[in-house]
Amino acid sequence: MNLLQVRKMMLFTAQKMVESEPELTALDQIVGDGDHGIGMKRGFSSIIELLQDEKFQPTDIGDFFIKIGTKLMTSMGGASGAIFGTLFRTGGKSIAGTMELNSEVFAKFLNDGWQGVYQRGNAEPGDKTMVDALAAGTKSANELTTLPLNEALPIIAKSAMEGAEKTKQMVAVFGRAKNLGDRTIGHMDPGAVSMAFILKYMNDYIHMQ
Amino acid sequence: MRKPKKLLNDPNNVRQEVMQGLVYAYNGKLTAIPDYCAVYGNHISNDQVVVISGGGSGHEPTFAGFIGEGGIDGCALGEVFTSPSPDQIIELTKATEKGNGVLFLYGNYSGDGMNFDISAEILAEENIVTKTIRATDDIASAPLSKLSDRRGVAGIMFLYKIAGAASQFEKYNLENLYQVVAKANANVRTIGVALDGCALPQSNNFNFELEENEIEIGIGIHGEAGLRRQAMTSSDEVVKEMIDRLCDDLPFQTGDHVCVLINNLGALSNTELLVITRKVGIELNNRGIVSHDIAVGHFCTSLEMSGFSITLMKLDDELQHLYDLPCQTLGWRK
Repeated sequence: MNLLQVRKMMLFTAQKMVESEPELTALDQIVGDGDHGIGMKRGFSSIIELLQDEKFQPTDIGDFFIKIGTKLMTSMGGASGAIFGTLFRTGGKSIAGTMELNSEVFAKFLNDGWQGVYQRGNAEPGDKTMVDALAAGTKSANELTTLPLNEALPIIAKSAMEGAEKTKQMVAVFGRAKNLGDRTIGHMDPGAVSMAFILKYMNDYIHMQ
Repeated sequence: MRKPKKLLNDPNNVRQEVMQGLVYAYNGKLTAIPDYCAVYGNHISNDQVVVISGGGSGHEPTFAGFIGEGGIDGCALGEVFTSPSPDQIIELTKATEKGNGVLFLYGNYSGDGMNFDISAEILAEENIVTKTIRATDDIASAPLSKLSDRRGVAGIMFLYKIAGAASQFEKYNLENLYQVVAKANANVRTIGVALDGCALPQSNNFNFELEENEIEIGIGIHGEAGLRRQAMTSSDEVVKEMIDRLCDDLPFQTGDHVCVLINNLGALSNTELLVITRKVGIELNNRGIVSHDIAVGHFCTSLEMSGFSITLMKLDDELQHLYDLPCQTLGWRK
C-alpha cells in the first residue's frame, strides 16, 4: 500500500471507530466510567477532519502515523489518548521514511508501537487492557511477515479480536476497573475492543478494495 | 428505568462552557486560554514557583475553582471525567511559568499521570523544569501497602492550600515545595460513600445505580466501586465506620491536630451534610483528636452523584503555619 491508500484506509477506519461509539460506551459503563467510547469518538472525529484537510500532506507512511498519533494524543485526553496516541507515534517513528506499507513494515510498526505503549503505561498482556489485543495482533504479525499484507491482515485482526475476547476472563489491574476486581470478569476491556476494532476496520477496508 | 435530567446546552460543549463560567465567576481575576481549555490566575508573581493542576471536568469546583491567591496558579480542564491532553498542559505551563520551575499537582489517575508525564518530557526539552505530586488520599482505592496506587479525591484541596501558601507567600523553591506537598499528601486521608450514581452529559443512562435501600462505602469520584455495598443505615453509623477507617489508616491519634473536610459529592442536602458534620465532630472528640479547622460544602463533586466524603489532614508546625495563611479562590476562601 502506498501513502494515499494508507490514508484512505485510515479515513475508513476512523469513520468506523466513530460509528462504534455506542458499543464501546456500553462496554465501559460496565467496567469503567463510561467515557471510553466518547473519547475514541472524539479522537477519531479529529482524525477524520485531519484526513479530509487537503493541507495535511505527510511526507511518508511513518510521518503519517506519527501525525495520526499526535492528533489522537492532543484531541482525546484521558488514558486512551495517551496510549493510542503513543502507539501511533512510536510505531510511526520506527518506520520513518517508509513509502510502502507491507506485512514486514506493519509488524515493525506494531512491535515498536507496543514497546512505546508499555513504556508509557506499564501494562503487560494479562492485565486486561488494550495491550491484550495489541500483543495478540503483534504476535500474529511477526509470524506472517512473508505474506502479502492483504493476506496477513485478516489473521492479525482476528488474533487481536481473540486477544480482546480473552480479556473477559481477566481481572483488571489498571485504571478505574481495577477496583471492581472480580466484578470485571465476564466483560471485555473496552480499550482492547477498540484496539481490535482498529485492526478489523483496516482489514475491512483492504478487502472492500 | 429512571433517566438522567440535566440543565445543560450541547453536552459536547460542557467543558468550554464551564471555562467561560469560571471566567465570569472570577470576575477579572482569571485568564482563559480558550483554544486549549486552560485557565490561570492573574495573581502569579515573577518570584514564585508556579503550581499547575488539571483533571477531568465534572468535579467542580475541583480543580480550576481553587485558582487564586493562596491557591493553585493554573489548571487544564479535561473533558468530563477525562484527563486533559498534553497540549493543554504544555500551553498553560508556558503561559504561566516564571523561570523558577513548575509543580504539577493532580489526582493519581492513569490518564492524568500519562498526559502530565508526556507534558513534563516535552517541557524538559524546552528547559522548563517540573516536579510532580499525585494526590493519593482515597483510602478505599487501594490498600495501605499499595499507597502509590491510591487515587486522589477531595483531599487534594488541602494540598492546593499548602502548595499555594508555600509557593506564593513563603516563596519555597521547587525542591522545598515538592517536599512539603509530598509531606501533606502523606498526611491526608479521605473516604467517600454514595447513595446513587451520576450520568455523563452525553449519556442518557446513569453510570451506575444503587437500589433504593442500598449505600456504597468507599466509592470513588467517578463511581468506581467501593469497599462494600450494603443496606441503608443511619447517618451516624455510616460516619462512625468512615471515621474508624480513616483513623486506622494513618493512624490519627489522641492529641493530633487535624483539618477536616466534609465534602458533598453532588446531590446531598446541606441538612444531611450538617448532620454528618455533627457526628464527625463527636467521633473526633471521643478520640481526643483536635479539629484545627473544618470545611463543609461542595469541594470535589462528581456531577450529581448523591454522597459525601470525609477528609482528615494531620498537621505539624510547618503544615499548620502554611494552612493558616490566607486563601482567596472561587471554591474556598479563608
